[in-house]
Amino acid sequence: MSLSTLLVLADGRLPAGAHAHSGGVEAAVAAGRIHDLPTLESFLVGRTSTSGTAAAAFAAASCRALTTRPVPHARSGDIEAAPLDRARLTALDNGARSAARVESLTDHRGALRDDSVRPAERITALDDGIDARTASPALRAASRAQGRALLRAVARIWPAAVNPAGPNPHHPIATGIAAAAAGLGPREAALTAVYGGLTGAASAAVRLLGLDPYTVHALIARLAPECDRVAADAAARADDPVDDLPAGSAILLDLDAERHATWEVRLFAS
Amino acid sequence: MRPDKRAVRIGIGGPVGSGKTALVAALCRALATELRLAVVTNDIYTTEDADFLRRAGVLPDDRIRAVETGCCPHTAIRDDISANLDAVEELEERLGALDLILVESGGDNLTATFSKGLVDHQIFVVDVAGGDKVPRKGGPGVTTADLLVINKTDLAPLVGADLGVMARDAQARRGDLPTVFLSLVGEPGAAPVADWVRDRVAEPASTPRHHEPTPAHTHGP
Repeated sequence: MSLSTLLVLADGRLPAGAHAHSGGVEAAVAAGRIHDLPTLESFLVGRTSTSGTAAAAFAAASCRALTTRPVPHARSGDIEAAPLDRARLTALDNGARSAARVESLTDHRGALRDDSVRPAERITALDDGIDARTASPALRAASRAQGRALLRAVARIWPAAVNPAGPNPHHPIATGIAAAAAGLGPREAALTAVYGGLTGAASAAVRLLGLDPYTVHALIARLAPECDRVAADAAARADDPVDDLPAGSAILLDLDAERHATWEVRLFAS
Repeated sequence: MRPDKRAVRIGIGGPVGSGKTALVAALCRALATELRLAVVTNDIYTTEDADFLRRAGVLPDDRIRAVETGCCPHTAIRDDISANLDAVEELEERLGALDLILVESGGDNLTATFSKGLVDHQIFVVDVAGGDKVPRKGGPGVTTADLLVINKTDLAPLVGADLGVMARDAQARRGDLPTVFLSLVGEPGAAPVADWVRDRVAEPASTPRHHEPTPAHTHGP
C-alpha cells in the first residue's frame, strides 16, 4: 500500500466536487445547532459515528469486492491489495466463480477471494444498501452527485479503473472503486470515506462561521484516532453481508437535508 | 450529442457587480435566435442569477442551470470543475446538440480565471466604476482573458474614470489580446461582444473539442 497514493485520494484538493458539499453543516448552522467550536465538535462526533461509520463500511466493502484478498508482501511483509483487472472481473462475472473458489483454496498468494457473489452484483447490492440506509431523497441525490464527481476524477487519474457501478453510484461506493483503482485496500477506502466526511464538514464550518482554522484543525487532529478506529472496524467487516453492515443515521441530518434542498438561497449543494 | 464536436464553452468572469449577468442576458437576447445556447450560472446565491435571466425572459427555464460553489466561486471554475462539468453535460444530454454554452462565474476578484478543462474561451468583465486603475493592477483575469470587457462606460464621467488610461493600461497588460468598451445602456445588445462570440463559435477549434470522458461504466452487473 502506498501512503502517498492514500494522500492523493484523501486530499481535500482532489477535484471531486467535495468543496461544494457541507455534510449537513450549512443547514445545522442555519438552525443554530452549530455556532461555535463545542457545537461543531458534537456535530462532527455524531456525524462520524453515524453516517461516517456507514460510509466507511460501504467504502471498505466496495473496495474489497474489487480487490484480491490481502496477502503478505514477499519482501517487506507489508500487506498489499491488488486491484482486479478487467479480465479477471469479467471472468468472475461470466460464471467462473467455482474456478475462482478453487484458486482461492489452492493458492492464497494473490488468489481471488472465495466469493459467493460476483463483484458487480456485490457492488449493486452495496449501492442498494446505501439507498436503504438513507431516508432523505436529498441526501441520496447528494451522495450520488459526489459519487459521480469522484468517478469523473478517477477516470482521468487512474484510467484503468474498474467500475461496475454505472456513472452515478453512491459516494462510498465510488470511494471503494477509487481506492481499488489506486491500488489501495479496504481500510484505506474506509479511511478516505470517514476522514473526507469529517474534514469536508469541518471546512464548511470554517467558511460559514469564520471559526479559527487552527482550533478547527486541532479538533480534526483530536478526532483522527477515531477515524483510524472506524476504518479498521470497516475493513474487518468488508466481507459481511450487506444487511449486517452498519446502518447508522442521524434523523436531524435527514430532516435538515430535506429542508436545505428547498432553500431559495444556499451556498452548498448539500 | 455530437461525439466529435460539442458546444463551444465560453466562461464569463469578473468582480462582483461588474455586470456579468447583465452581459449574459444581453448575449442571450442577441444570440438566442441564431444559436442553440444554454447558460450555467455560478452565483454564490444559487438561484439569483438564474432568476434574473428568467425574469429578463431571454432564455427558457430549462436552458439555465445553477451550480452551488460552497463559498468558493473560484474553486468551482478553476480548481475543482466537476460540478460545472456535470451541469454542462446535463444540459447537452437533455437539450441535444448545442452551439454555445455560457458559464458565468460567481462574482470574485481579479485573480479568478477559468480552467481550460472547463471552457474553450474566457471573457473577463470589469467596470469603470470599480476604478480606472483596475487594468493597471492586472492579475490573471485582466492579463490573460481571451476578451477583456470594460463595462458601464456610461458611468465614466460620473465616477471620474479616464477611459483613455484604461485603454492604454489594458493594452500594456494584454498585448495583442482584444479589449472592448461597453455600455449596455447605449448598446443593450452588447454588439461588439456578441460579434466576438459569433466568431468563436464559427471558427474551427484549434484543438478538437472532444467530450470529457464521463465516469466510465466499464462492466455491467
